[in-house]
Amino acid sequence: MTTVLEPPGWKDELTEELDETWHSPPGLHEWISTVDHKRIGMRYFYLGMVFFIIGGVQSLLIRMQLAGPDLDLLSPEAYNQLFTMHGITMMFLFAMPVLSGFGNYFVPLMIGARDMAFPRLNAFGFWVLLGAGIFMYSSFAMGAAPNDGWFNYLPLAGAEYTPGVNIDFYTLGLIFLGVSSTGGAINFIVTILKLRAPGMTLNRIPIFVWGELAMALQIVFALPALSLAAVLLTLERKFGFHFFDKTGGGDPLLWQHLFWIFGHPEVYIVALPGFGIASAIIPTWCRRPMVGYTYIVIGELAVALVGFGVWVHHMFAVGLSNITLSFISLASFMVVIPSGIQVFAWLATLVSGRPKLSSAMWFVLGFIMIFVIGGVTGPMLGAVVLNQALTDSYFVVAHLHYVLVGSAVFPIFGAVYHWGPKMTGRILDERLGKVSFWFMFVGFNLAFFPQHLLGVLGMPRRIYTYDEGLGWDAYNLASTVGAFLLALGILVTIVNWYRSKRNGPVAGNDPWNGETLEWYTSSPPPHYNFVTVPTIRSREPMWDQPELAGGAQAPSEGGRSLTGGHVTLSTSLLDARPQAIVHMPHASPWPFYFAVALTLLFFMILVELWYVAVLAGVASVMTMVGWYWPRHETQET
Amino acid sequence: MSTRRGTGVFGTAVALLLLAACSDDSPSILTPRSEAAERVQGLWWLTFWTSVFVCVLVAAFLVQAVRRGRATAAEEGIDKRPVLWGPRFIVIAGLVVSGAVLAGTFAVSLRALNALAGPAGDPALTIEVVGRNWWWEVRYPNGAVTANEIHIPVGRPVEVKLSTADVIHSFWVPQLNVKQDQVPGMDNRISLLADEPGRYRGQCAEFCGLQHAHMLVYVEAQPPAEFDQWLAAQGAPAASPTSSTAGTGRDLFLRSSCAGCHAVRGTSAAGTLGPDLTHLASRETIGAGTLSMQRGPLTGFVRNAQDAKPGAAMPPTELTPEELSAVVDYLMGLE
Repeated sequence: MTTVLEPPGWKDELTEELDETWHSPPGLHEWISTVDHKRIGMRYFYLGMVFFIIGGVQSLLIRMQLAGPDLDLLSPEAYNQLFTMHGITMMFLFAMPVLSGFGNYFVPLMIGARDMAFPRLNAFGFWVLLGAGIFMYSSFAMGAAPNDGWFNYLPLAGAEYTPGVNIDFYTLGLIFLGVSSTGGAINFIVTILKLRAPGMTLNRIPIFVWGELAMALQIVFALPALSLAAVLLTLERKFGFHFFDKTGGGDPLLWQHLFWIFGHPEVYIVALPGFGIASAIIPTWCRRPMVGYTYIVIGELAVALVGFGVWVHHMFAVGLSNITLSFISLASFMVVIPSGIQVFAWLATLVSGRPKLSSAMWFVLGFIMIFVIGGVTGPMLGAVVLNQALTDSYFVVAHLHYVLVGSAVFPIFGAVYHWGPKMTGRILDERLGKVSFWFMFVGFNLAFFPQHLLGVLGMPRRIYTYDEGLGWDAYNLASTVGAFLLALGILVTIVNWYRSKRNGPVAGNDPWNGETLEWYTSSPPPHYNFVTVPTIRSREPMWDQPELAGGAQAPSEGGRSLTGGHVTLSTSLLDARPQAIVHMPHASPWPFYFAVALTLLFFMILVELWYVAVLAGVASVMTMVGWYWPRHETQET
Repeated sequence: MSTRRGTGVFGTAVALLLLAACSDDSPSILTPRSEAAERVQGLWWLTFWTSVFVCVLVAAFLVQAVRRGRATAAEEGIDKRPVLWGPRFIVIAGLVVSGAVLAGTFAVSLRALNALAGPAGDPALTIEVVGRNWWWEVRYPNGAVTANEIHIPVGRPVEVKLSTADVIHSFWVPQLNVKQDQVPGMDNRISLLADEPGRYRGQCAEFCGLQHAHMLVYVEAQPPAEFDQWLAAQGAPAASPTSSTAGTGRDLFLRSSCAGCHAVRGTSAAGTLGPDLTHLASRETIGAGTLSMQRGPLTGFVRNAQDAKPGAAMPPTELTPEELSAVVDYLMGLE
């Protein structure tokens, strides 16, 4: 090392200066104005978990109705609204927000940035999610929640067969929500490509960050199909267009294509960050670098790409030509390979390491087992003939829950135990964690494994009741019991979270001896994340660069203090060479106001109060003007 | 070795569970009664055992990881030594072996697709099945129209033209064939060729609204001679009432709103919104499998179909109890 030694106490002085620069006063105005990615990430996380509980309660009601044959707990209409909202909630209001929440919180920390690239867009994304969530859930208050399934097929969802506002809540809600997801995705892409710490070349990016990047790319390319479909359906329902109406020259299959061009990548949008979480947890607890880093990264990107070529396997029974079916079937087999490569890389790391069986680790082990069971039924459903036999049966319900609960819920709960201490500063109770895991693992399998058998025995999906004597009763009862065990396991972790948050052992910077940069700073991190933005010389910087252990890499070691306002460092795309100092925007209430105006706009379109809708539209534009109004950055001195 | 044993134990357990559940009434893809359904079953067991093997293999790895974890001292340092076999293992297991297994399965599945794509011989008969909210209209070439119960001759290929009068439905009789959607504007067909006589349960498989759960279809495979007899009888006009109350019932039926929606061939009732009732009493169920075709359930269904099938198009009756009883008398006589 060169001997440019820092004066003693440099760290305290620097910390003091940063604290002052990034200080935010308490109060309501500040609360709605904050652009701190960690606070926004926490909000995504908490809001997503609230929706997880709501969606979970819906599924328990569904399972109670199906616990035995010919039960009368729910009316057919209530059942249809519940299973529809369960799907919408779990996909759009739980999985995507919580996974984006972890991304929001940890991507800047893991790449050594002081915030996301577009902090105000980030804040806006959360407020839109909240607005869209309230918008969609207000449908229950009107007794008119969406009721044609999350796939919302035409002509059933057209004005003729589903009059009323149920489906308008669906279409408008999804258009609205798409604003949030798209903005968030663009933010992730730019952040990951441009704001990495110096030295974090492409092949040193943590795998979790790769997962969020793959997810963001998929959102940017897949979501327009859904938004377009929703816009077309809104025009058809409200203004009598005929995009999907055969008698008017449209085609109901257009809806299916548009929906699944989005809908299948959506599965990977939810799965890839989950894979990323697993890849963040495994090396830490196995105490060895991930085996096959490059294979995993290529695997994630390949899944993201090939995932766009398989949507028609949701439509194998609609009557398309066998040539079409064969091609899509081939793609559906192919997409298994990059997923399989990731699984084998995890297994290689697990059996070559010395895994510590922490709660986080148990959730990852459970994830791998569940995801593999969901994975092997993938090619079964990719094989055209078997698909045509099993599609729209409970076999598919089992398959999709194994894939989605496997690759999203279990990693998320693993992340709660792994990253929770970073977020709250307190370590969660390990014993309760394991209790929670075993209830969830056993409950999940009891709930969903029998559903494979139900599908084979001919039980169709989305039926609100069934006859006795078909050999379905016992499996349905088992499934219901399992669902309640699963719920109990989830409850244990929720209790654990709140108890530990108050009384848990203090985490310190790096309770698990982790390898990536989120463990370089305090728990929870300060607003500016790092006292110095470090220079990275390894894929596992915390293991290979002992000077990081103090929480502030000294300038003589490459740490950058970056004082003088809200700034972070921008680096080159491939090899992360420093390029520029980027000034970050300050807190602003305008993203919040913009989201409020948009929420009003969507409600007015829903109830067709066009004059008020125009006013709300004008108000939205005004808030954008406020957002971008040039002003003196008085906080800077 | 332990993996193979594990595969056997786990696979057999699941297989037994499946078979144990196959009560004779299960419309299961594992009790095929046609060549097409046997193809499905073959593909099922092939992919089933492959899947079981993969799952048990992965489980063995996970168990090994847990074992190593339990044997690990609490404080061990970071191990940065590269795992030399790692990349090779990933490529061989993840790419070469998985690729070969997947390619093989894909090839077999294509053969099955081709086999099902060809016609099952020249159809001996073509019938039309129209999906409607929430029942099936069945039309035979001789003019016979029935609902929800399709009769076919055993051993003869029957072609079914599938269409819909409203939303998308999906025709699925698991023991006879795969499913096929009924999409507005599409000319979809499926072939039924039953190996042995029997009554095969089917159900709409595409979510179609409130009563998707009560949209059952039965395929009754009969010996050809019996089938011909049945078809001729179904083609005939309705039987005349044999008692005076049934006669009163007929008059009430024709005068009231019943005839606006239902047809009874041989009378003036020619409605097309509801099922053709010409030979109602020859069916075993009413309401698309919702209730059995007996006096009690039929009376309840005519009185208020919304009790058993909420959301169905049929409104509650305005008939007095005596009138209702007469109408049911008439309907019970429509053999």
